[in-house]
Amino acid sequence: MSETTTFSGNRGLQIEEKLIFEMGNEGCSGVDLPEPGPVDLDRMGGLAKRGSSGLPDLSEPQVVRHYTRLSQKNYGIDTGFYPLGSCTMKHNPRLSEKVARLPGLADLHPLQPQKTVQGALEVMDSLAHWLKELTGMPAVAMSPAAGAHGEWCGLMAIRTAHEEKGEGHRRRVLVPESAHGTNPASAAMCGFTVDPIPAKENGRVDLDALKAKLGPDVAGLMLTNPNTCGLFESEIIEIAAAIHGAGGYFYCDGANFNAIVGRVKIADLGIDCMHINLHKTFATPHGGGGPGAGPTVLSAALAPFAPVPYVVHGKGGFELVEDAREGAKPFGRVKGFHGQFGVFVRALAYIASMGADGLRQASSDAVLNANYLQARLGDMLTPSFDGPCMHEALFDDRFLKDTGVTTLDFAKALIDEGYHPMTMYFPLVVHGALLMEPTETESKEAIDQFIDVVRSLALRAKAGAADEFKASPRFTPRRRLDETLAARTPVLRWKA
Amino acid sequence: MRYLPLTDSDRRAMLAAIGATDVDELFRDVPAAARLAEALPLPRHQGEMEVERAFTRMAGKNLSAGCAPFFIGAGIYRHHVPAAVDQLLLRGEFLTAYTPYQPEVSQGTLQALFEFQTQVAMITGMDVANASMYDGATAAAEAAVMACRVTKRARVILSGSLHPHYAETTETSLRYTEMTAERLPPDPLGFEDLLGRVDSRTACVVVQNPGFFGGVRDLRLLAATCHEAGALLVVMVAEPTSLGLFESPGAMGADIVVCEGQSLGVGMNFGGPGLGLFATRDKYVRQMPGRLVGQTVDVDGKRGWVLTLSTREQHIRREKATSNICTNSGLCALAFSMHLTMLGGSGLARLAELNHAMAVKLEQKLAAVKGLKVLAQSYYNEFAVHLGDGADAALLVDKLADQGILAGVPASRFYPTWPELAPVLILAATETNTEDDMDRLVAGLKEALS
Repeated sequence: MSETTTFSGNRGLQIEEKLIFEMGNEGCSGVDLPEPGPVDLDRMGGLAKRGSSGLPDLSEPQVVRHYTRLSQKNYGIDTGFYPLGSCTMKHNPRLSEKVARLPGLADLHPLQPQKTVQGALEVMDSLAHWLKELTGMPAVAMSPAAGAHGEWCGLMAIRTAHEEKGEGHRRRVLVPESAHGTNPASAAMCGFTVDPIPAKENGRVDLDALKAKLGPDVAGLMLTNPNTCGLFESEIIEIAAAIHGAGGYFYCDGANFNAIVGRVKIADLGIDCMHINLHKTFATPHGGGGPGAGPTVLSAALAPFAPVPYVVHGKGGFELVEDAREGAKPFGRVKGFHGQFGVFVRALAYIASMGADGLRQASSDAVLNANYLQARLGDMLTPSFDGPCMHEALFDDRFLKDTGVTTLDFAKALIDEGYHPMTMYFPLVVHGALLMEPTETESKEAIDQFIDVVRSLALRAKAGAADEFKASPRFTPRRRLDETLAARTPVLRWKA
Repeated sequence: MRYLPLTDSDRRAMLAAIGATDVDELFRDVPAAARLAEALPLPRHQGEMEVERAFTRMAGKNLSAGCAPFFIGAGIYRHHVPAAVDQLLLRGEFLTAYTPYQPEVSQGTLQALFEFQTQVAMITGMDVANASMYDGATAAAEAAVMACRVTKRARVILSGSLHPHYAETTETSLRYTEMTAERLPPDPLGFEDLLGRVDSRTACVVVQNPGFFGGVRDLRLLAATCHEAGALLVVMVAEPTSLGLFESPGAMGADIVVCEGQSLGVGMNFGGPGLGLFATRDKYVRQMPGRLVGQTVDVDGKRGWVLTLSTREQHIRREKATSNICTNSGLCALAFSMHLTMLGGSGLARLAELNHAMAVKLEQKLAAVKGLKVLAQSYYNEFAVHLGDGADAALLVDKLADQGILAGVPASRFYPTWPELAPVLILAATETNTEDDMDRLVAGLKEALS
């Protein structure tokens, strides 16, 4: 046995774990249920299941150990610093988890009579109120399930507004080249075509190029602000005027709203609609990929087309409106029931904890932390743009030129140092992008440590340690994985 | 403020390092006219005690399911979630992890999702499943769009058995596309003729089993008819615990199976978040929406998992992607998978038998209510009843709520413009009900209808 291997394959706290399908004893269960008695076949329509599903049988201790071991192969915000630009991985308060589990909020059915769920409707209404106040917008569609879903919701409202005005021929949507991939994908789902607009040297939208693209077939503009390069679009008011002047609407991708909450009301920028990723801005957990929530604020021009359902103040309390009412022309329904209620509870608990003063402080600290990172790394890495950034700092890979180390190698080496990598190769407009977002929930000490690590890695890369970078990560449960193999011969499930 | 670690002296030191005098200077790219000089006039920050008190007050204004005889279903089902599931979900490495794009630090999430995909494929009787969609409604809409993509046809038939929210969400999704949806009227008796509607222009038929009104049906002939016409059969399962007892849609010939997965692991949460399950045949895998986890090896030859086939997805394909979906329902998928692992194959079968037995018992007890008629001959854990001509199910539910009984869903909540559905009530029974609950419901119904 060599120094680095063991008989079991385990390495101390890193324990190899089989798939559940490779364990278990038939007849075991982790759940004790009462005896159901004989099945009443008369009520089965001749459709009783034949054969077994193949699911494995495990007891509770086996299940608990299985998932505990799996969790230990994961990195989370609770583990360490997560400088993942554009994704905003900030601390998730545990109070939010606690209140979301109160039976009076968790054990509620969406179809209970409304008089039995007034508290739940109050949660929805309170959150809607905060979102409207923080953005200065008059209306909000609460039901979109995630950011991309909110984009689609906003664009559906825009399309419907044009149709109502007899301008259904407006089918072209302008989208900057640096946009998230969801933007063009959402536009396509509304029957729009996507027309890219270029950026200027300073990383902002080229206003002249945008104006040149305007015309009677333009439905609107989708712009992320602060943009995906981490910069505020300084000419945004002129941009809004130009798109409105051409008869289009202005969709803002609110993925980076967390940088400006309490410092700017987006209504003052001329925006017609914007989704808000509750997990990015209001600290609900990412959960390894959802659930999210993407409430979408709407201007007075788009508000009549908001999807059902929504909460209003009625005579006897809160009312949930599930069908079109007088004056409203909802474009439809975007999902089942009333929105991501469990996520609403968590976001509202965070907002109530932070208050107006705390939310403004959070944006300020997020921007301060990112600028500090940019300032302290600026001489060693290569910042893509001059001047202050917002909540994230963007670097390109010029500092790695001739080292043989790529952005990917650099990121994988960070893993061995105990960090989740930064966002890589996004936005696409910057070569070999490294996008770093510290968020406001990191201490100066944590950021200083990260800076020291990044500087030491940059020095090592420049000193010719490319082989070490190529071999990283070395200390993770699995090292670099063969993604080509996975795609060429897909194995998407276990089979006996 | 307890979530913000910086102190004022940190802030001063950091500003000095940046070369700025104050933080406002960092916001100088914001047009001056739009800058807010101070915090908005809204409530200020609060401690945990104050926030918890406010939420406890709001929670107290609701009648939670555990405090009432509870018979509501219609797309969200109340089941007992084993204690271990929630305890495990709260592990920070699951709760606070990002999407597993960096596989070396995400093998936990990836392996769990690979197991989830396998479990979903097994219970639906399909080859392959994705790593989840937002909920059942959006999964149904995505299935319709995918069927159009596969068949290169544009006509979607939505059965009257489909939950109205699923049908509406699908209609919304198709509204500004080349695709069209033909939505059939509500079908409480299971009489609709789907076979006669399938033709050479049909991309798919979307049918729900058990149906919105509770009835179960044999889908084999419908599958064969669809396939003969070159169309796909999309089967929606709103209550996946039923798959422990009933023949799977895959075994009956479905091409795409979508489910609302909420009934395992997730809880009700006033209807959201849900969990969309999405499964299909191997041959259609590259047409699927959503994330997929695949098996591979690392540089040392050890088995591991990665997100794969991402050339279908928006971050690569942009406007040509199979869907715009990015974030899905990851933690709910994990909860579903944990609950199903706790149950195992034999536990799922027993849970399903128990649910069916509870519904049968409820039907038996309802025989004591004069004028009430159960509409479905065969069902799982839910069925619609007709309360008698002239009866108003919405009024009755309202009256019983005043007595602390949550007595099902009036069909009129979904179909307010269908007077013939006014007397129809949809009742669900699960393992969480007791005989005493049923007796209280029956007594309440008798009194209200007399």
